[in-house]
Amino acid sequence: MLHISLWKRVLILIVVVIGLVFAAPNIFYNRVEGHNDAVAAAAKGQALTPDQQAARAGWPDWLPSDIVNLGLDLRGGAQLLAEVNVDEVYKARVDALWPEFRKALAAERGTLGSIRRLNADPGVLRIQIGNADQIAEAQKIAETLNNPVSSLTGVGQKTLAITTQGNQLIVQLSDAEKAATDDRTMQQSLEIVRRRIDAAGTREPTIVREGSDRILIQVPGASSAQEIKQLIGTTAKLTFNSVIGTSSNPNEAVGSDQEILPSADQKGLYYILDSVPVVTGEDLTDARPDTDQNGYPAVAFRFNASAARTFGDYTQNNIGKPFAIVLDKKVISAPTIQSHIAGGSGIITGRFTVKEATDLALLLRAGALPASMNFLEERTIGPELGADSIAAGKMAAAVGAVLVVVFMIASYGTFGVFASLALGINIALIFAIMSAIGGTLTLPGIAGIVLTMGTAVDANVLVFERIREELRNQQKAKAARAIELGYERAMSAIIDANVTTFLTAVILFVLGAGPVRGFAVTFLIGIITSVFTAIWVTRLFVSLWFARRRPRELVL
Amino acid sequence: MAFRLKLVPEKTNFDFFKHQVATFGFSVVMVLASIVLVLTMGLNLGIDFRGGTTIRTEADQTEPVDIGAYRSAIAPLGLGDVLITQVYDPNFRADQKVVTIRIQAQDGQEAISPETQAKVLDSLKTVNKDIKIVATESIGPKVSGELIWTAIWSVLAAVAAILVYIWLRFEWQFSVGAVAALIHDVTVTVGIFALFQIKFDLSIIAALLTILGYSINDTVVVFDRLRENLVKYKKMPLREVMNLSVNETLSRTVMTSGTTLLALISLLVLGGDVIRNFVFAMTWGVIVGTYSSVYVAKNIVLFIGLDRNKEKKDPSEKFFDKTDVATD
Repeated sequence: MLHISLWKRVLILIVVVIGLVFAAPNIFYNRVEGHNDAVAAAAKGQALTPDQQAARAGWPDWLPSDIVNLGLDLRGGAQLLAEVNVDEVYKARVDALWPEFRKALAAERGTLGSIRRLNADPGVLRIQIGNADQIAEAQKIAETLNNPVSSLTGVGQKTLAITTQGNQLIVQLSDAEKAATDDRTMQQSLEIVRRRIDAAGTREPTIVREGSDRILIQVPGASSAQEIKQLIGTTAKLTFNSVIGTSSNPNEAVGSDQEILPSADQKGLYYILDSVPVVTGEDLTDARPDTDQNGYPAVAFRFNASAARTFGDYTQNNIGKPFAIVLDKKVISAPTIQSHIAGGSGIITGRFTVKEATDLALLLRAGALPASMNFLEERTIGPELGADSIAAGKMAAAVGAVLVVVFMIASYGTFGVFASLALGINIALIFAIMSAIGGTLTLPGIAGIVLTMGTAVDANVLVFERIREELRNQQKAKAARAIELGYERAMSAIIDANVTTFLTAVILFVLGAGPVRGFAVTFLIGIITSVFTAIWVTRLFVSLWFARRRPRELVL
Repeated sequence: MAFRLKLVPEKTNFDFFKHQVATFGFSVVMVLASIVLVLTMGLNLGIDFRGGTTIRTEADQTEPVDIGAYRSAIAPLGLGDVLITQVYDPNFRADQKVVTIRIQAQDGQEAISPETQAKVLDSLKTVNKDIKIVATESIGPKVSGELIWTAIWSVLAAVAAILVYIWLRFEWQFSVGAVAALIHDVTVTVGIFALFQIKFDLSIIAALLTILGYSINDTVVVFDRLRENLVKYKKMPLREVMNLSVNETLSRTVMTSGTTLLALISLLVLGGDVIRNFVFAMTWGVIVGTYSSVYVAKNIVLFIGLDRNKEKKDPSEKFFDKTDVATD
């Protein structure tokens, strides 16, 4: 056991050297970070400023440049946990079905009788037909509008669940379609959140889906969660609707295909609109801040080809009539159509400030969120607090390390030196692995590393104590034999002790959230690396030392 | 001869069962007291588990913080239960005054609204115009409710995983002993949090799980030696084998707890106030965990008794049996 074959020695050394090399960039954190930012900017095709070029030159390209990400608690920044109201989409989908169903059923009015939509829960379409005995026929017609689900998991299932109750047809989305819709809603929401935050231009935000309907957003360097919330929280659902009339009564009774919406800037003014929009913001291909003919801030937009045609036809047929530009259920302006707008571009005016126009353009460009969000959790950590935490963590780690080293050397002499060297390598390996896997170092993560320092020596202590015992038990035992036996006999305790610790760390990681997970990651890596350094690295040191010194008697 | 620091003499022969009744009784009393404390005083649950908002403010001033002024500045906002505490830390500058303000979850909203937060800051500025908000955390009742369950589940899952692992590697009696020690450690740690009303939040759960890992680590080392000695000294009474095993591993236990405590104490003193509670839980847990692996885990195993010879029918003859012991 004491003798380690050459290839094993080489392998251990290679692992240690690779570890040290990959941990090294963390020592030059700011420099490497500046370099990486400049490289990322260059990769995006931006021209580099002289500052960025200097930053890029600050770290050689050929050296590893992965560094540990600093968590928000160390860097400062904002975190939000948003819940997407996926159910809202069902309602919109089902509402959009009604004109289609009405048309199909009305074609058979002769047999079915009158057709009426009844009030129902959101996401449910209840249609009453005049002749109750023809309900089976109505269902048959309805089923012709039912399509198969277009998702992998929903193969063989239909999008709609159509049932009957007396003389009523009840239409809602099938479970398979709901699941598929939820998934699409989440994908779309993630993408839109990402685009909106990217457009605001910050360092690498983290935007991930959590669970079935949540999105976790972390933006390092953001000064407050509010800022991000305002940016992503606005739904920015833009539609262009025909105006039927205006009113001062918000509760005025309107037709079933109409809705009444307030004016954004004129208090007490309400517009009665056709609830089916002519075109929607989803058809926009571009939006940018502009000025109107009077020099006031406005937003210029452009539609895609099909919407441009629809919009062109609509304007041609409705010259002289007003149409409403509706943003998030408010009429932001209702200009009169002056002429046929061909080509699909136009301008939105609405007494904006320059900032409002810029923000609106950004929101329109990024597209509408398919559903609204609730914010379940918000955290903001100021950069100063983060810097204080790093400083405190570094200090504590340094003092802790010195104390542990002194204690180990005082207790085990030369062997304590080996254990301390292994401890240093262990910490370097933790940083190397964290950097390589893109792990995030949090404040509890620093605590995890400090705790690892305390426990990492455990495997060494087990071995050393065992060697001592072997030396005592067999007075005549040769030093080499005692060391061998020490490693051999301590092994089962080392394995059992570390496997159980590993189990709890895995549970911490799987079930933990946020900072707990950060702690679990460093702790898990620490367990793996400490077993490696304790078993192999110290043994390598011991065997090299032994080969040189050949001590007749071992003092431990 | 080189100098060697030896906290534990080379050969010890403590009888760890001598005060069995006293130590075990002490543990039982501690566990019961902890349960009573948690039930009567309750835990000072942080916003992770209760929902609500904490705001950390910082002001540059040399004069002491007037909590009353903060309170009366915020009172008119009608935010319900507001808890204001000053934070002390040896690392702070002399003119750095830090305060945390905890506001209960507001009815009908998940996270605190931007308007409320701005109003709080505005009100505080009447106390000291330089007050800054350096961190805010706002957690809705929905998430906090889920976090409680996740926390309970993770502790239970960790205990179950350890139970199964020890059972597979050793004998069921060992796993019962180990788990009893774990429950002891967790309960006593939670009890301390109830006694001193230290804020109990998600990070404390992480600390509890780490304590589980640490404590079991200690226990397993003792068990491992016990298993080895059971094979070696087939005729020695169980109680003595246990004593021998603890004595043989004592220097290791003291060394490891020592280095871990050194590291934790430097973190406790120098690591900053943000993680102080978390580190406190771990430091306390290491002490309790070390105690429990010496005084709790194996007492339970002794109490249940080990079947050292599964083939033997008559238990009175078991120490004279020549067949293999029932350990692997």
